[in-house]
Amino acid sequence: MAVVFEKTRGLAEKPFHYCPGCTHGIIHRLVAESLDELNLIDDAIGVAPVGCAVFAYDYFNCDMQEAAHGRAPAAATGIKRVNPNAAVFTYQGDGDLASIGAAEVVHAAMRGEKITTIFVNNAIYGMTGGQMAPTTLVGQKATTAPYGRDENHAGMPLRVSEMLATIPKAAFVERVSVHDVKHIIQAKKAIKKAFQLQMEGKGFTLVEVLSTCPTNWGKTPIEALKWLQENMIPYYPLGNFKNIEEVK
Amino acid sequence: MAKELWKGNEAVAEAAIKAGCRFFFGYPITPQNEIPEYMAMKMPQIDGCFLQAESEVAAINMVYGAAGAGARVMTSSSSPGISLKQEGITYIAGAELPCVIVNMVRGGPGLGGIQPAQSDYFQSCKGGGHGDYRLVVLAPASVQEAVDLTQEAFDIADQYRNPVLILGDGMIGQMMEPVEFTEVKKRKLPEKTWATVGTKGKRKTNVINSLFIDPADCERHNFHLFEKYAEIEKNEIKVEEYNLEGAEIVFAAYGTTARIVKNAINSLAKEGIKAGLIRPITLWPFPAKAFEKAAEQAGVKAFMSVEMSMGQMVEDVKLSVNGKKPVYFYGRTGGMFPTPKAIAEEAKKILGGAK
Repeated sequence: MAVVFEKTRGLAEKPFHYCPGCTHGIIHRLVAESLDELNLIDDAIGVAPVGCAVFAYDYFNCDMQEAAHGRAPAAATGIKRVNPNAAVFTYQGDGDLASIGAAEVVHAAMRGEKITTIFVNNAIYGMTGGQMAPTTLVGQKATTAPYGRDENHAGMPLRVSEMLATIPKAAFVERVSVHDVKHIIQAKKAIKKAFQLQMEGKGFTLVEVLSTCPTNWGKTPIEALKWLQENMIPYYPLGNFKNIEEVK
Repeated sequence: MAKELWKGNEAVAEAAIKAGCRFFFGYPITPQNEIPEYMAMKMPQIDGCFLQAESEVAAINMVYGAAGAGARVMTSSSSPGISLKQEGITYIAGAELPCVIVNMVRGGPGLGGIQPAQSDYFQSCKGGGHGDYRLVVLAPASVQEAVDLTQEAFDIADQYRNPVLILGDGMIGQMMEPVEFTEVKKRKLPEKTWATVGTKGKRKTNVINSLFIDPADCERHNFHLFEKYAEIEKNEIKVEEYNLEGAEIVFAAYGTTARIVKNAINSLAKEGIKAGLIRPITLWPFPAKAFEKAAEQAGVKAFMSVEMSMGQMVEDVKLSVNGKKPVYFYGRTGGMFPTPKAIAEEAKKILGGAK
C-alpha cells in the first residue's frame, strides 16, 4: 500500500504536551517537515522560547538551545555567527517576541541576521494561564484584562509583521494561519521559503503564524478555529509583507 | 618578548584574543569602552566576530548562544551594564556554558559614577542573578595580572563549563603599565561534545538548557553544580600573602586597593609597626584558609579589610577569621580611593585599641 503520510524525521519521538486543539503541534510539524525536505535538519540549530513552546527543544530532532524569555533572537545571533552555514531558527510566542523580546527581534532584523523566526501569535499568554499579550485584541478578555482589552488603557495590539517589514534588512516577512488545510499548506510554503532565503544569505526572515489557544480563550477547538478566522484575521491580515526577491 | 606599555582595557582585549577568543558581544559603557573598541578593530583582521549588541541584555544572550555553540566568547561591561547582564549570567551558569565576562567596576548604586570602585563584590561573588550558582571571580591588581588572568580565564571556563568573571575596576581598565604577554600553562581541556553545531546526522541532538521542570531533577542539577563548585574550590584558589611574618595587623584587600595597602604597610614599617596583607586573587573561590592560618598566628592582633566599597568582602574575611581575632573595616566608595596615610592611621587606631 502506498504511504500517504509519514511523521517527519524532523520531529523527535517525544509526544507533545500541548492542549487539545492547540495549533502548536501543526506548526512544529510544518517547521520540521520544511527543514527535512530542504535537507537542513542535520545542520539545523533551533532556539526555544519561554512560553508554551518552552519544551520545543524536546520536539525538534536537531540541536537546540533554550533561551531566556524574549532573548531567542540574541541567542540565535550568537549561534549563527559561530555556525554561519547552519540553519538557525527561533520559535517564539507573542509574549516572548512582541513584548519582552521586542528589542531583540527588531535588532536581529535590523542587522539582517541570517536566521528564521517562527512567530506564533495566539493573542494570549498560554503557559502562564491566559494573561493579556501585546497581540490581545481590543475587547478580548484575558486574566489580566478581565473586562476586555481597553485600548485607552492598554493600547492597541501590535502588528509585528507590518512593523518588521519596514526594516531594510528583513528579507522575508509573511503572516499565515493554520485554521484550515488550505492555510496550513500556504503556511508551510512560507516557512520553507523563509529557510531557503536564510540559507541563500538574504537576511532576516520571519513567518508569523496565527494560532489558537482553546484553553485560555475558553473555547472548544472548533470554536477557536472559527474565532481566529473571524476575529484575528481582520486585524492581522494574512499575506506577504516583504520578500527581498520581489523588492526592486 | 620585551615589555610594552599597554592600557588595561586594551591589554585585556588583546589577552583574550591571544587566548583564542574569536567572538565578542558588547555594548558601550564607561570605563570599559576600549575593550569593545579594540575588539571592533582586531576581530575582522583575524576572522573573528565583534558585534555591538542593542543592549547588555542582548549581548550576554549572544554570548549564551555562541558559548552554547562551542566558541571561545567574551563580553565586557561596567557595573550598571553588568546588572543588566545578570539574567543571562544565571542562564549561562545554569546551562553550564563557558565564557568570560569582564566588569571594570565603577561607583554605584544606580547610575553611580564613572570612577573606580569595588562595590560589585556582592553581585560578583554572592549570586547577582537568581538561583544557587557561582562564578569564578578573578581580581587583578595590575595590568600584567589582568592580562595573565584573562588568558587563564578561558581555560578555567572551558575546564569546568562555567562562566568566569574578571573583576577589575576603572583604575585597572584605564591606567597604562608595562606588560609582557606570555603563554599561559596549557591545561588539558575536555572536548566540547555538548556544543550545538548541528548533528550532521551522526549523533543524538545536543540541547543547551537550564530548565528542569521536575523539582527532583532541578535539585539533582543543583547538586551536580555544587560538586563542580567544590572541585573549583579545591583546585583554583589564588592568593598573594605579603609580609605576614611577624605581622601585628593583617590587611585584606584585592585589586587596586591591595596596591594602596602595600604603600600603607611600607609607611607603617617605617614607624616600626609590622603589618601584612592577604590579597585574594580569586574572590570566588575565596582563599579562606589563608585567613584561618593568619588568625592562628599568635602575633596577629587584628584584621582589617580595606575596600573601595562600604564593606563587602569584609563579610567573607569575618567568616574566615571566624571570631578568632577582631576584624575591622575601612573603605572609601563612589569612586573615591583610600589613601595610604588614611589606611595607616586606621591601623594605628586599631592597634592602639587592641593593646
